[in-house]
Amino acid sequence: MTTSKKKFEVWTLMSIALLALFLLFLVYPLLGLLKQSVFNSEGVFSLENFERFFTYVDGYYLKPIGNSMKVTVCTTVISLLLGIPIAYFYSFYKLKGAKLLFVLSVLCSMSAPFIGAYSWILLMGRNGVITNFLEAMLLVFIYMNGAFKNIDNTLMEASANMGCTGVRRLFKVVLALSMPTILAAALMVFMQAFADFGTPMVMGEGFPTFPVMIYNAYLGEGGVDRNFAASLAVIAVLITAVIFFLQKWGTSKFKFSMNALHPVEKKECRGISGFLMHAYCYILVAVAFLPQLYIIYLSFCNYKGAIRQEGYGIENYRQAAGKLLGRSIQNTALMGILALAIIVVVAVLIAYLVVRRSSVLNNAIDTISMLPYIMPGAVVGLGLLLAFDSEPLALTGTFTIMVISFVIRRLPYTIRSATATLMQISISIEEAAISLGASKLKTFIQITIPMMGNGILSGAILSWVAIVTEMSSSIILYSNRSITLTMSTYLAILRGNDGMAAAFATVLTVVTTISLLLYLKISKSEDLKL
Amino acid sequence: MSDNISIRHALKKYGDNVIIPDLSLEIKKGEFFTLLGPSGCGKTTLLRMIAGFNSIEGGDFYFSDRRINDLDPAKRNIGMVFQNYAIFPHMTVRKNVEFGLKNKKLPKDKIAEQTDKFMKLMHVDEYADRLPERLSGGQQQRVALARALCIEPDVLLFDEPLSNLDAKLRVEMRAVIKNIQHSVGITTVYVTHDQEEAMAVSDRIAVMNAGVIQHVGTPKNIYQRPANLFVSTFIGRSNVMKGERLVVEDGRTYVVTKSGYKAEFTNILPEYQKDQEVILSVRPEEFLLDRNADSNGISATVDDCVFLGLNTHYFVHLESGEEVEIIQESSIDSTIEPGTQIRLTMNTDKVNVFTADGAANILTGICNDFPGV
Repeated sequence: MTTSKKKFEVWTLMSIALLALFLLFLVYPLLGLLKQSVFNSEGVFSLENFERFFTYVDGYYLKPIGNSMKVTVCTTVISLLLGIPIAYFYSFYKLKGAKLLFVLSVLCSMSAPFIGAYSWILLMGRNGVITNFLEAMLLVFIYMNGAFKNIDNTLMEASANMGCTGVRRLFKVVLALSMPTILAAALMVFMQAFADFGTPMVMGEGFPTFPVMIYNAYLGEGGVDRNFAASLAVIAVLITAVIFFLQKWGTSKFKFSMNALHPVEKKECRGISGFLMHAYCYILVAVAFLPQLYIIYLSFCNYKGAIRQEGYGIENYRQAAGKLLGRSIQNTALMGILALAIIVVVAVLIAYLVVRRSSVLNNAIDTISMLPYIMPGAVVGLGLLLAFDSEPLALTGTFTIMVISFVIRRLPYTIRSATATLMQISISIEEAAISLGASKLKTFIQITIPMMGNGILSGAILSWVAIVTEMSSSIILYSNRSITLTMSTYLAILRGNDGMAAAFATVLTVVTTISLLLYLKISKSEDLKL
Repeated sequence: MSDNISIRHALKKYGDNVIIPDLSLEIKKGEFFTLLGPSGCGKTTLLRMIAGFNSIEGGDFYFSDRRINDLDPAKRNIGMVFQNYAIFPHMTVRKNVEFGLKNKKLPKDKIAEQTDKFMKLMHVDEYADRLPERLSGGQQQRVALARALCIEPDVLLFDEPLSNLDAKLRVEMRAVIKNIQHSVGITTVYVTHDQEEAMAVSDRIAVMNAGVIQHVGTPKNIYQRPANLFVSTFIGRSNVMKGERLVVEDGRTYVVTKSGYKAEFTNILPEYQKDQEVILSVRPEEFLLDRNADSNGISATVDDCVFLGLNTHYFVHLESGEEVEIIQESSIDSTIEPGTQIRLTMNTDKVNVFTADGAANILTGICNDFPGV
């Protein structure tokens, strides 16, 4: 009797290397944060930071955070209420110019959120218009559209057959079937609003989110207080973790999967109701999209500081060029591409290890790699900053630390999509290659990766867009040397130089637009998998 | 360069769950050998152990005199055809077929020549530059077969290759597979749960149940003289009549049914020629049906009859309440109406008799090559 010996393979080494990287760049900074949060500034163990947050005079911290939580919840609810009808009309009726609506929505929902807010301020002044929900609403639309497309037409027919049509069917069948996606969309919108840094900073006082408070505690006027910043970060992660598990728990109540053999046939919409549907969709998308156009328009207007002058020209761009536009673009491209390359390689490796070589070690790596999913960008930024600000790994202010933060921020999404893609590939295709004499490595490179190709590529473009518009971790980590396009835009806004800010924002918008159009072309589908 | 395959005391378990407890098997050089059994019986598991995709927890696997237990699957020189075809979707038909040859690092002209030869053989040469998504299921399976044969493997493995095809194509493809196998003469192991398919293609069949081989023999043998009750009911249809008596009178052996019908069996193995309870397994065509309600036989009442052209199926119940199915060649005169009283006798040359527990056939003429029995 002999048993085949477990060979020490290349893949085992790979697992160990990945685990080491995660321990160094993710677990270690997180533990560092946790440690900082439970010490006071004299280095004595105490919970006074947490106490301060909850009990400081008159809810000094608690009140604004409470407000911003209210805003976050409202944003989530409103964007669901507005976004789901667009998705419903889009998926079930033949809207004129549907393709345009979709493309504009993709462009809007993925652009840097603070640009929209900034444009509103330029339009209406700083009177506290909160426009968060506009982009979030379109994100909900795109997400829900994916779910509606999976509803089989026979289910609709069966429902009509049993006398349930119209609004009743919408609630009892369509929305009930889409519940997992609604919850997923809600989570995503909530997390985005909760962790948003750019919008509240641009909007000014009165609505500080956690990332803003963390930033202020660390670098703000009140002087540096790392320990307090760390405890704020810990509280933020606890809140997102609770929300995350609530959502998981909610989703587990709707465990079913759908795959439409007969997609829903879109109905004609005419008359008053048809007009109203068109009006609803077009007005909302226009309201969300026009600010972006307005910014582009402004970028060609002449400015003196924040005051608009007569005439048009490219003076703003000339000024921007003097303010590191070239370096910003170069940095963004270099760091973005480098981060993207690392993300893709690591995500594919992890997907392969988890799906094809499931083991305790690999599942542990998978779980750890999902941690950033519930970590707001500011927390990642602060964690890295605190962990790597001294020898032997002094990375503060470097190119490297920016790339690391991009990788950590985006990796969970890419891992999810790579894992999902790989699960759909039958293992017998790999076995066929092996039985035909290909080595495991060769099979992986020649068979597995090309088959995952399209899924990886489209996921990578979305990651690229997210990296380009990344703000909440960069604000803590960037330096003059490693400045990005988004940071330059933000700085120009802060300086009150609206013309130059518009020029930076335009360049940023052009970059994301081109990337997203490329994505839509490659993915060929009307799904945005985030 | 075909190999014979020897499997000695194979053991397969997942954790504590034993799938195959102890299995030994000899597959001859160049033969078409089928593993047949219900789903979950371990047949695919065994095939994948031969291919090297499942670990082997115990026992020895040999290709001729090479022990392959620890040999990398890529080095076993196996051609394998999968249930879902496993065609590489991002490669053209030609690229799919030549994939294995490229791994052997053959010279370019040799690769092209060999690829052309097997694409022609499988009639897929006209699609050489197409991507597989534009091929039908049958064509994809031909490509998979060309790809597997192209490397001139020592052993050819099929894992339920036809179960994704429609009924008509399945019949067509099994003829293709059988003919190709005979012309190239490679030792072939074929897994299926479809007994008709197994009978159509195989030289020999191993019937498996719960990880244990029940019977190894030719299709004719396992159909006509199944080694036990499981094989008799799994292969073809059988009316199982339990609780019948075997009696020996004056040196002759009879089966006496519950209703008192008595038939002589001249082919009972000597060691079983004693009074005992037995199980009769009668295939529908082995009943003889007599419309004369007074003649000798088991009295029965027709419940239903189904005319299927060549044959007519009768569903009847016996005096004892047992329900049996009978197949008769359709005759030109009228079929027997439901409610009619009839008499049944049986073709004792063909009927099988098992011990009361169904574990063994007690007739002569059983050929079971399974070394465990």
